[in-house]
Amino acid sequence: MATEVSPADELQLTGSSAAYSPDNPAPVIEPPRARTKRTPRATRTNFELYGWLFMRLSGVVLVVLVIGHLLIQLVLDGGVTKVGFAFVAGRWASPFWQYWDLAMLWLAMLHGGNGLRTVINDYAEQPNTRVWLKTILFTAVAFTIVLGSLVIFTFDPNIR
Amino acid sequence: MPAGTLYRGREGMWSWVAHRVTGVLIFFFLFVHVLDTALVRVSPEDYDKVVSTYKTPIVSLLEYGLVAAILFHALNGLRIIAVDYWTKGPRYQKQMFWTVMGLWIVLMLGAIYPVLGHAARVLFGS
Repeated sequence: MATEVSPADELQLTGSSAAYSPDNPAPVIEPPRARTKRTPRATRTNFELYGWLFMRLSGVVLVVLVIGHLLIQLVLDGGVTKVGFAFVAGRWASPFWQYWDLAMLWLAMLHGGNGLRTVINDYAEQPNTRVWLKTILFTAVAFTIVLGSLVIFTFDPNIR
Repeated sequence: MPAGTLYRGREGMWSWVAHRVTGVLIFFFLFVHVLDTALVRVSPEDYDKVVSTYKTPIVSLLEYGLVAAILFHALNGLRIIAVDYWTKGPRYQKQMFWTVMGLWIVLMLGAIYPVLGHAARVLFGS
């Protein structure tokens, strides 16, 4: 039978650890995930989950919308040569193509915007840089969606 | 550099890199494309003038590159969905990657004439 040895008897403190004792304890290091005063209160949402899901759902729809768009604009009926104001006017005379383009605009901008948000979060290491890049990104996405939607629905074939 | 310390990745890593690069390129094109289309609200002449640059040989080559980026991003995106949702997706991710590359090459060969034919006629006469 081995005699009982308490851990404190076996423990040999070395180096800087030797400076600490029960009377002079080492400073407490905060656990990395502890919530502090600086932690935003509302971090516990499922935003990233819904973002992940949106990328997949919008991706499937965009495959159909964008490849259809490429076929119409670049392949069928003379390819890019036929594209012009008259061609746009002909297409947007039909609500079907107006809503096709509207869905493509919104889904592609939000899909691309969320993708670039991920890229910024991955590579911009300074918190300030991240905030600025994402502010610029958000502004560009909102501007493009509003401008594009207005263009589709205020289009006037008789502008001249 | 000692052998075996540099991570060079394989199909999984390089498809991830290519997905990012093509995604960023497509996003910037989309931004410009909405701006050029907005010219239909300015005047038919301004719109047609800008669209005529899309019909020049150099920009046609860029369009072929855009088609390449979009087709890869679309096909690899479907592969990612299969890896996420298909039970055997992770096991077959490499085979699916090479399927994506095969389909991509076939589609890119098919796109040569429709996308670049006009540029060839401009450059070499019809």
